[in-house]
Amino acid sequence: MAAFEHTGPGTPVVESIRVDKVSPRARLLRYIRAAIAIVFAVIALIPVYWMATTAFKSYPDAVAIPPKIVFDPTLEGFVNLLTDRRELSVDEVRAFEANPESRCANVDFAECVARGRGQTITGPSQYVQRLTNSVIIAGGSTILSVAFGLLSAYSFSRFRIPGAGDMLFFILSTRMLPPVVVTIPIFLMYRSLGLHDTHLGLIILYTVFNLSFSVWLLKGFLDEIPREYEEAALVDGYSRLQAFRKVVLPQALTGIAATTVFCLIFAWNEYAFALLLTSDRARTAPPAIPSVLGRGVVEWNTIAAGSLGFLIPVVIITFALRKYLLRGVTFGAIRK
Amino acid sequence: MAATQVEVSVGQGPGALPRRRQMSDVAIQRLFILPTMILLIVWNVFPLVYSLYLSFTKYSVIAPDPPEWVGLENYSYILQNEKLWESFATTGKYALLAVGIETVLGFGLALLLRDRFRGSGVLTTLLLIPMMLSPVVVGLFWKLLFNPSFGIVNYLIGFTNPATAPDWLAHPILALWAVVIVDVWMWTPFVMLLCLSGLSAIPDYLYEAAAIDRANSWFQFRRITLPQVAPLLLIAVLFRSIEAFKAFDLVMGLTGGGPGDATEVVSVSLYRIAFQGQLRTGRASALAYIVLIIIIAVSNLYIRYLNRIRGEE
Repeated sequence: MAAFEHTGPGTPVVESIRVDKVSPRARLLRYIRAAIAIVFAVIALIPVYWMATTAFKSYPDAVAIPPKIVFDPTLEGFVNLLTDRRELSVDEVRAFEANPESRCANVDFAECVARGRGQTITGPSQYVQRLTNSVIIAGGSTILSVAFGLLSAYSFSRFRIPGAGDMLFFILSTRMLPPVVVTIPIFLMYRSLGLHDTHLGLIILYTVFNLSFSVWLLKGFLDEIPREYEEAALVDGYSRLQAFRKVVLPQALTGIAATTVFCLIFAWNEYAFALLLTSDRARTAPPAIPSVLGRGVVEWNTIAAGSLGFLIPVVIITFALRKYLLRGVTFGAIRK
Repeated sequence: MAATQVEVSVGQGPGALPRRRQMSDVAIQRLFILPTMILLIVWNVFPLVYSLYLSFTKYSVIAPDPPEWVGLENYSYILQNEKLWESFATTGKYALLAVGIETVLGFGLALLLRDRFRGSGVLTTLLLIPMMLSPVVVGLFWKLLFNPSFGIVNYLIGFTNPATAPDWLAHPILALWAVVIVDVWMWTPFVMLLCLSGLSAIPDYLYEAAAIDRANSWFQFRRITLPQVAPLLLIAVLFRSIEAFKAFDLVMGLTGGGPGDATEVVSVSLYRIAFQGQLRTGRASALAYIVLIIIIAVSNLYIRYLNRIRGEE
């Protein structure tokens, strides 16, 4: 009976059934292909791996010659990144040496790590503020660009608008502008409007920059939702807005989520505008990470910790979004 | 579309609540599209017009004097300035090398990954990671990898003695290659992604027909795979070329344009003129315009070429 066990249409056909692909030679070729691809992936991931491990190294380990692969993990880099510290005085160092257990008694974990290096924490570092700015600005601009983008995409997708093609092309073309080209006038404009170095200024700017993207991407997703659902709702007595909210929105949720995340990544990673249009109050993390370099000894473990903390969310998102990556990176210009 | 309202009143029935004022479809369209268009016009068209004006003036944002009209002086200065020509040449070299290598590698990887095997999905996603990262952070981090004494790059390619190992980022020729390598690392996945989607769209029957005709695999590649993927591959090249021409973050993070001006691409020159030293805003605007015109011209030519290829199919 076992031979007739139902494996059925439930299991997808993974292997090709084509004759030219099941021969032993074809199989071997496939293994070779897989092996080469794996080698490439390993090479591509070495830098990421190195960054991740450097973030957990102590400073001497991070700059050891030759580079260390085996090391004692420490959170020193992260503590350095997030706090301002001062050197312990000689007396304090002696006190801790005399009584090693007092070093970590009654203090939080970060202070304990800092004391291990002969330092004590004086307060949170500037980087914490930069990171907060990044969160505020990326979050704010993402919400705005998805909201505006969704409304326009809906109109372009559902109504016949005179000149829609030209408008859509105009929207797309704004994305082609190199940021450095428009920065100078925007810099001047912001200075006279008082938007320089403000959260609002960057939020609007990123919103504008993401709009082209979100309109095109969302239009692609909305075009795929059959109009019939809405028309049925309209016949049932819904107004256009109700139909939009109750019928279209729920169906567009995946598209909206994907767009949101792409906008978020862009705003999170943006560097040129942030560098030129902010100085202190609204500065985000990307221009701040290189400036860690400027101060004395280059603390590579700190930089790695900063980079890692900055990159991990993006890596997680990449995995979550892999289905939509193609659409996202070509912002809807290409459809499968 | 006016019918909508009639249907609404029917749907609510005679006994329904007093009829609320319904927004007409046209009003909805305007309300929905206007914010986007206004934002885009104010933040893109206005700056473009303004910087066009500035490009004909002598002006510095730190000087108290208002812009002074000088006609084409900024443009003629730029076109006669050898250093700026060099930065264009650097950009061209960088774009050509990076995009060329990315195209070959990306297409190759896509060919390797097109037939699914166990774990190929995860592998593809892992390969896509570099593309999603922040270019400036990537540049910064590769600085550590390229470090002559404790960087891992030199060790991996066999230079275990720091004294004789090359200092990538301080070498006038290797520095550009370092930028190219990092760009290739970051953006090969992008080309791969587009090629993969192109490959997956090739109908199987083409290969089956070729197999029946006993066409060898080189012939299949030449006559089926390549022409079918070409449009998407070319789009990938277009996107990457434009991006490479705009490159700023990565170069700033990795070399800052140095050593000297070995990796000073156009965007970095523009940044230096506009925001460092004397802050020559007028001249920088003129350079920005030249860059913009080049990008528009190149992409137009390219799109025409692309359309011709598509038309021939």
